[in-house]
Amino acid sequence: MIIADSISTFGKYLMLMRRVFARPESIKMFFRQFRIELYQLGVNSIPIVLLISFFIGAVICIQMKLNIESAWMPKFVVGYATREILILEFSSSIMCLILSGKVGSNITSEIGTMRVTQQIDAMEIMGVNSANFLILPKVTALITMIPILVIFSIGAGIAGAYAIGLFTGIMTPDDLTTGLQYEFSQWYVWCSIIKSLFFAFIISSVASYYGYSVEGGSIEVGKASTDSVVSCSVLILFADIVLTQLLMQ
Amino acid sequence: MIEIANISKRFGDQTVLNNISTTFESGKTSLIIGQSGAGKTVLLKCIVGLLQPDEGEVIFDERNILTFNKKERLMLRREMGMLFQSAALFDSMSVLENVMFPLEMFSAKSYDEKLKRARFCLERVNMIEAQDKSPEELSGGMQKRAAIARAIALEPRYLFCDEPNSGLDPQTSLIIDKLIHEITEEYNITTIVNTHDMNSVMGIGDHITFLAGGQLSWEGTKDEILYTDNKQLNDFLFSSDLLKKVRKSEL
Repeated sequence: MIIADSISTFGKYLMLMRRVFARPESIKMFFRQFRIELYQLGVNSIPIVLLISFFIGAVICIQMKLNIESAWMPKFVVGYATREILILEFSSSIMCLILSGKVGSNITSEIGTMRVTQQIDAMEIMGVNSANFLILPKVTALITMIPILVIFSIGAGIAGAYAIGLFTGIMTPDDLTTGLQYEFSQWYVWCSIIKSLFFAFIISSVASYYGYSVEGGSIEVGKASTDSVVSCSVLILFADIVLTQLLMQ
Repeated sequence: MIEIANISKRFGDQTVLNNISTTFESGKTSLIIGQSGAGKTVLLKCIVGLLQPDEGEVIFDERNILTFNKKERLMLRREMGMLFQSAALFDSMSVLENVMFPLEMFSAKSYDEKLKRARFCLERVNMIEAQDKSPEELSGGMQKRAAIARAIALEPRYLFCDEPNSGLDPQTSLIIDKLIHEITEEYNITTIVNTHDMNSVMGIGDHITFLAGGQLSWEGTKDEILYTDNKQLNDFLFSSDLLKKVRKSEL
């Protein structure tokens, strides 16, 4: 039963995506919506990304210092490990998990409310491909903004780690800087960005699907938002395993 | 003109519409009335193409919509305007942007011409002063008027209204009814209104179709409805003491 439901849901998702990736009826209106979504989904997410990344960077630095400090371990390892964790996992995967909560629920509730208040029906009656008009700008805007958010997250995380070194004295900024620069591989940053592009697609398309397929009233919209966040999180974690295996081999 | 012939629609074992045939003429306001669950909304959805009837034909000026492919249907929809029960204005846009929306999507006119047309439509429904307001700042009646302006922006040949007076006070309902009726005559539109508001029936019912249990039980004009001996229709129309007295005095 669960398998049949999952296959059915996946089929409906694919059918919706077919409508989403059609040629926009009005390119001008598409770019207007695209600009709005760039701001709502991307720019509005910058403060939360910076805040969380800064504190997580600081906490990772403290944890590294406390747990791997040893006479046999060079001091710069703390900075090195902090950088690798931030670039390889936190700023792409964990940050996207956080964004699936903020952006994903926002997308689902917005489209779901439009569905239950007949705004989507109104578009359909006018002859507008509502899936294309509403969802395509969100998907493209989030995919466009996510590399910027990843870079901001890496920067804020490293700033948090540096601040801990500077203000608490648990390690010197020089040791941290040495670790942050030690054997730096640019490919890891690209890996992080490539993974985040896939995650951005998952967040925007899955959240839109849940919103678009709402039936009922406000309770169903709330339930769809929750289901959307859960589904996005699970799919991101699965995709993370596959992408990490593919990219890091 | 819209003709429907032998329309039937079932959901599982339940027959919601059973062999309904009628004609809605252009320039006239046609009402579909009936109790809740009689099949009014399903019939309207079958006509506009949001639902596919199991049997029958829906003919828009000699064009059978059920034989249309997806592209032809989309083109036909651009000739339709619809007023929803909840007005269904887009929350993220101002009143003017709502009216501009269908023009921006489908009209090849210049921006100035589109703006002129949108303002003309808002003026027509006496909403020009509220053009910069967002939908949540408007009263129910104003939202309906703005929705009518949006519905007529592309100069539709067909206008559909689903319970346009739902949630409105009697005075505002009269204004909305009058507006729908005037616009229908002015632009020679085929208008179909789904309602159970008795004021609408008596005020603007050029042609009335009464559905009962998914079947067409009676059809006629607002003048004929007072003299009908159809028991189902009489029970539906004159259920309150006030309306019974009105009918008595009329007769």
